[in-house]
Amino acid sequence: MLKAKLAHGLLLACLLLTSAPAIAAAPIVAAASDLQFALTEAAEQFQQETGHDLRLNFGSSGNFRRQIAQGAPFELYLSADERYVQALYEEGHTQDEGVNYAIGRLVWMQQAGRGDLPSDDAPLAGVAAALEAQESGTTERIALANPEHAPYGVAAQQTLEHAGLWEQTESLRVLGENVSQATQFALSDDARGGLVAYSLALAPGLNERSEYVLIPEAWHNPLRQRMVLTNQAGDVATAFYQWLQEEEGQSILRTYGFSVE
Amino acid sequence: MDWSALSVSLRLAGFTCLILIPFAIWLGRALAYARFRGKGLCEAFVALPLVLPPTVLGFYLLMSFGRDAPVGALWANLTGGGLNFTFTGILLASLIANLPFAVQPIQRAFEHVPHNLREAAWCSGLSPWQTLLRIELPLVWPGIMSAGALTFAHTLGEFGVILMVGGAIDGETRTLAIAIYDRVQAFDEQGAAQMSALLLLVSFITLGLVYGLAGRRRWARG
Repeated sequence: MLKAKLAHGLLLACLLLTSAPAIAAAPIVAAASDLQFALTEAAEQFQQETGHDLRLNFGSSGNFRRQIAQGAPFELYLSADERYVQALYEEGHTQDEGVNYAIGRLVWMQQAGRGDLPSDDAPLAGVAAALEAQESGTTERIALANPEHAPYGVAAQQTLEHAGLWEQTESLRVLGENVSQATQFALSDDARGGLVAYSLALAPGLNERSEYVLIPEAWHNPLRQRMVLTNQAGDVATAFYQWLQEEEGQSILRTYGFSVE
Repeated sequence: MDWSALSVSLRLAGFTCLILIPFAIWLGRALAYARFRGKGLCEAFVALPLVLPPTVLGFYLLMSFGRDAPVGALWANLTGGGLNFTFTGILLASLIANLPFAVQPIQRAFEHVPHNLREAAWCSGLSPWQTLLRIELPLVWPGIMSAGALTFAHTLGEFGVILMVGGAIDGETRTLAIAIYDRVQAFDEQGAAQMSALLLLVSFITLGLVYGLAGRRRWARG
């Protein structure tokens, strides 16, 4: 009897839970993870002004580019690499070619208070120091985003290549799935630091835990970030897309270290 | 707490149990009683998701759910929609990933029903259906409960398959396990800790239910 009652209860619970209504369908935005904090702030401001909610998904630009091509229901795509937007446009997945909204910067980031932050003249001194430490038997990891699908990973690779350190650092590198995860790795105790996004170095909560030096822009191809409305975009996504190009949206982006064209 | 992720997780676990358990009762019973060539192969197929890395399973599902692939194309013809990045898609993935968790406890339970008991029921004039409902099901009930609880708990915890097929879309395919991963990525350790504690609690209660039932069964048998 008890078992039967229990079973009935469980079944009823299942039914109740499965009939819970899906949340109102706010447009889904796919954004590069360097926008983790900037876009969250922008979306909150937009919500306050217009009353419209947005659902933000952060990840690596390359993964989103693949998912959109496979039919994922994103309405707005903010890539950290303009070429992904171009490719989607050529394949017919977007309304137009989109617009460039920001240029990202790369930084060397490490845990706050280590006391060995490289100077502006030699921002990769930490990498050189990690290589020296390796010879004496200690492993200090260097974090970066995966260059195979994350634009900041590509920029990090180009930077290390520019300094002639790419091949030597192979056994020291730890790859994040996106730049946000790379930042986490960079701030872990086993890492010397990492090559990550300036926008994350400036984010509240992170700026107390970390210190950084900017990498010269000439050391890698510019991180020209482009956004585009997909074929599935509705009115709210379109309004947010416009809003981001206006003064308010642009000023939030500037706060997070993005330069605006 | 990410309530929309919790709701997706509970809906997914609920639907998975609701659809999979009746099927598992049929399949588990068939596997327990049937003697045929290739039975081992069938059992191996059912057990496969247990040992397959979730990314492997997720990769194959992602590929077969695409609109150009047979399964995805068939689905698109029937419904006009795609499977990848939808709730239906992750539900289908969850049904496959949970197959061993649902079938194996039920199969074991049916194997423990003495054959002469069923024969006695038939001799007493019960039809096979009546035998199933009035003799077998009450005896295998703890196995079914175990299967349900394991399936429910495992669905709540499933990560790799759901992430690959679902793409972590808020309110649609982002489950609690994925929301925890997202919170960590957003450097929100507090949010991640809250949700992790909830998953830990639910999983522990569910497993407690399973082992509690199994214990009572042992005790009842003496």
